[in-house]
Amino acid sequence: MMSWESIVGAGLPRLGAVAIALALTLGGCASFDPPRAWEKQYLARPDMQFDADRLGAKNVLHVYFSKEGSSGGYGVGGGGCGCN
Amino acid sequence: MKRLRLLALLAALAAPPAAVALAVGDAAPPLAVPDGEGQQVDLVRLRGSVVYVDFWASWCGPCKRSFPWMNELSRKYAASGLKIVAINLDKKREDAERFLKVSPAEFTVAYDATGTSPAAWQVKSMPSSYLVDATGRIAWVESGFKDDRKPEVEARIRAALAAK
Repeated sequence: MMSWESIVGAGLPRLGAVAIALALTLGGCASFDPPRAWEKQYLARPDMQFDADRLGAKNVLHVYFSKEGSSGGYGVGGGGCGCN
Repeated sequence: MKRLRLLALLAALAAPPAAVALAVGDAAPPLAVPDGEGQQVDLVRLRGSVVYVDFWASWCGPCKRSFPWMNELSRKYAASGLKIVAINLDKKREDAERFLKVSPAEFTVAYDATGTSPAAWQVKSMPSSYLVDATGRIAWVESGFKDDRKPEVEARIRAALAAK
């Protein structure tokens, strides 16, 4: 039977290699450039929005935050009194 | 120690490139883009005039609203030495032409589909406008277009024209 130390000892270099590979590949994600302001031609189109109906989505959000007594997180102002 | 150095290297690799914005007082970056007839519009050759550089695109709603106002500015201040250069950033020229049919421009329109000029000018939002004074320095940076900002921007233009 292998001792705990020998398993860790044998696994460490491989772990280090995995860590370096991960750091390098994830580092690539960190330096990914989001589209610049002038590159959003297609992203700005109405059919590229998550909500099919902008007014409907606004209404759902309004009802939601009025009922929950809380707001925020969607870029909507309001104090949560349910009056807005 | 060796591990630390490795970590520092990894951190440097992972760090996104630094983004700095143009500020008032900076020298205006070079700008040479062709207009509709293929004539080069070069900012250096406009030295001595106050230049309002505007970056726009056909798909940008506030840009559409800014055009009548820029026409008004052009009519008001062209005689005092204001030049408006609106740089279109559409990938397709037809999109820009369709826009201009609806919102005609009474000022210089130039085209940069490559995106090199907005990158050099650190454009962060659409539209973005830069007031360049007669000495070639940035006198004002305006991000976006809002009706309630018009008086402020116009005052900056007037100040730049007065200082010329």
